[in-house]
Amino acid sequence: MSDDGLVLLQLHEPGETPVPHQDEAGLAVGIDLGTTNSVVAFSFDTEVEVLKDENGKALIPSVVHYKDDGSVVVGREAREAILESPDHVVSSIKRLMGRGLEDVKSLAGTLPYEVEVPPEGGMVRLRVAGRTLTPVAISAHILMAIKDRAEQSMLGKAVTRAVITVPAYFDDAARTATKDAARLADIEVLRLVNEPTAAALAYGLDNSVEGLYAVYDLGGGTFDISILKMEKGVFQVKATGGDAVLGGDDIDHAVAEHFLAQRQAGAAITAGEVKQALMTARVAKECLTGRQSGEWMIELDGIASRHSLTRDELEKLAAPFVDRTIDICRGVVEDAGIDVSDIQGVVLVGGSTRMPLVRKRVAEFFGLEPLSNINPDEVVAVGAALQAEALTRGSDTLLLDVTPLSLGIETMGGIVEKVIPRNTPIPVAMAQEFTTYQDGQTAMAIHVLQVEREMVDQCRSLARFVLRGIPPMAAGAARIRVTFQVDADGLLSVTAREQTTGHEARIEVKPSYGLSDDEITSMLKDSFTHASEDAFRRALREAQVEAQRLVEAVQSALKEDAHLLSMLEHAHVESCLTKLQSVLLGDDRRAIDAAMDALSKGTAEFAARRMNQSVQRALAGKKVEEI
Amino acid sequence: MTASIATAAASVVPCWSCKGPVAARALFCSVCGAVQGPGTIDHFSRLGLQPTFDIDLDLLEKQYFGFQRRLHPDRFAAKSAKERALSQSQATALNEAYETLKDPLKRAAYVLDLKGHKVDLTACGTINDPQLLMEQMEKREAIADADSVETITKLSAEADTEVIACQCHISAAINAGELDEAVHLTIRLKYLAKLAEEARTKKTRMTRALR
Repeated sequence: MSDDGLVLLQLHEPGETPVPHQDEAGLAVGIDLGTTNSVVAFSFDTEVEVLKDENGKALIPSVVHYKDDGSVVVGREAREAILESPDHVVSSIKRLMGRGLEDVKSLAGTLPYEVEVPPEGGMVRLRVAGRTLTPVAISAHILMAIKDRAEQSMLGKAVTRAVITVPAYFDDAARTATKDAARLADIEVLRLVNEPTAAALAYGLDNSVEGLYAVYDLGGGTFDISILKMEKGVFQVKATGGDAVLGGDDIDHAVAEHFLAQRQAGAAITAGEVKQALMTARVAKECLTGRQSGEWMIELDGIASRHSLTRDELEKLAAPFVDRTIDICRGVVEDAGIDVSDIQGVVLVGGSTRMPLVRKRVAEFFGLEPLSNINPDEVVAVGAALQAEALTRGSDTLLLDVTPLSLGIETMGGIVEKVIPRNTPIPVAMAQEFTTYQDGQTAMAIHVLQVEREMVDQCRSLARFVLRGIPPMAAGAARIRVTFQVDADGLLSVTAREQTTGHEARIEVKPSYGLSDDEITSMLKDSFTHASEDAFRRALREAQVEAQRLVEAVQSALKEDAHLLSMLEHAHVESCLTKLQSVLLGDDRRAIDAAMDALSKGTAEFAARRMNQSVQRALAGKKVEEI
Repeated sequence: MTASIATAAASVVPCWSCKGPVAARALFCSVCGAVQGPGTIDHFSRLGLQPTFDIDLDLLEKQYFGFQRRLHPDRFAAKSAKERALSQSQATALNEAYETLKDPLKRAAYVLDLKGHKVDLTACGTINDPQLLMEQMEKREAIADADSVETITKLSAEADTEVIACQCHISAAINAGELDEAVHLTIRLKYLAKLAEEARTKKTRMTRALR
């Protein structure tokens, strides 16, 4: 095209004008933050590139090595250090995200970590190489390494934003923990996307499939099954289910137990030795995908032992776990209100689906040969990258996801009242009314639960808070409306309000397995130096986006109704506009705020006249739609 | 005159972004393009559907997808905080409308509610209608006693048929303007649906045990 002044107009749907300074905001990538391995990918014009290291490897082992000199190494190198200095290395940290001590699995009575539980309960802490670390901080180290990998692959361009995938069955605490980890790693989370949904997106766009599909995702530490309806760019999750602590790791555990039983070692083993046994077990499991049998060696405390294992034996050890996944599949098919035969295809995701036993059982249950033409290790990151592009550059695809678990409240007598049932499309807001049970009661303790069974002690506690300031009334007279809101990231917020007086009382939410805002702030201060700079930059960007919106709004209004202003008034508005535009690109947030304020004030009279004009026109008999 | 000014003024509200006039039910401001709040409109209007119990479920889904494509928070991820919050409210309202209209029981109660006949579906347990009570007790017993896959399959199919028949009766009652009868039938549908679900669960369990 010649440069003879021909202007190409870019057309946008109303409300869909792209954000200015896209490049300055940094690149957006898709991150599959896995239990065993993590993957990062980037999409441009729906062409996805899985980012690889200098040796061409896409998988980043989710393993962190805390060295004595204070340095932190993540990935392949860290994994290799497990054998030499097991007590300095942490793996499978994802299983502890938003979890308590009761969720940590031991091997032969020994935990693979040295754990500490804060006196008030809540998320566990790990003792590693003389440091005390939260799972959030360890995940942040993995995310920082992923960010580095991405920036190197993108020729040094800053990568600041990401779609991060989480297991569909991850609960609120684990999702919050994941978002906190990203915050520590200086990554802005555009959206948390469920892993099976991300995989479906990758499949759906690639193979233009339509109809009902199941995504069977068995990773290192988590299992998810989602049933989706795919249709012309819409990915609607019908039902999802899973187990946040069921994965290949459990099979490794079973194999390691088997090996240790063969050794008949009487002495208690250390946390480091547990890690070595688990590593050998994992190698054995992976070898038996291609072979029928093999022999492995474990050396603990200077004593070596040989262990042979056949595929049949491995499958016997793995069967209970695979059976459980199939049981969960059955339940989810029922939840979706469909018949297994309605499902047109099954997509396999996660490294553990490489096991021949898993493939066989999945094929039997669904009566279909499963699809795995996109690498099961990479498909989630590919979907995440596509979604990251969709969120930053626009797209026609639509992901409609659901809540994996029912959410409710503990009522009198330890009974659970469901507020949001599982498989409800998100975002969602639902409310339930409760009342006081004592005369003159002015406060009410609200216990938010993730509902698994009918009784409170069989459910997982998500948060507790106290609603204060209820006006004293007779028992049963107060009407307290508790609203549960789940956003598009699957994160829950709860508000409570006394209805008869309209008095919205103060709420203190204490996440049962989370980190408090204070903890996060101090972690940001302590270990991650750019944090305050980062907060500043984000606030500035938010102000810039807001200012740009205002500029565009006023420009549109002028285009439409400038005749309502005198020349002098018009000139004043224009000068306020110019002033805001001149500071908009700078980094002085106060100047931006002041200029926005001036523009708003300068256009108040204009806005009033525009409103007035529309009412006059309506009175003159015009339809509202024509105004 | 004052009344007509009020009407005209009520149908137009100021856009939160450009402060100019925007139709109260508009999704986007026609001047500046900013997304607007969800407002308080009925579920049918929200999805651009005729307010009737007999809806076309394919059309419902098509409308729902169409509106979500424009209003879902994923479309506003890079926008200002206010626009992100408004789109979340819009998508939440769409989900509520879709979930209500998709389910025949919730839809029946909603249609009747719009017509000023409230059906309390949350009132648990108590059945005031002795005939319905007897019928439900007998059927529940039959399901509990079913000891073969054949029997439970038959009972489950019967229960499903009754659910569909009841939906047809509700439709007829609403169309004939017999709203008290429709309320009565809707409460009946609640129990029939629960029974059908119980039968289905037991059928699945028994079929699974056979394998």
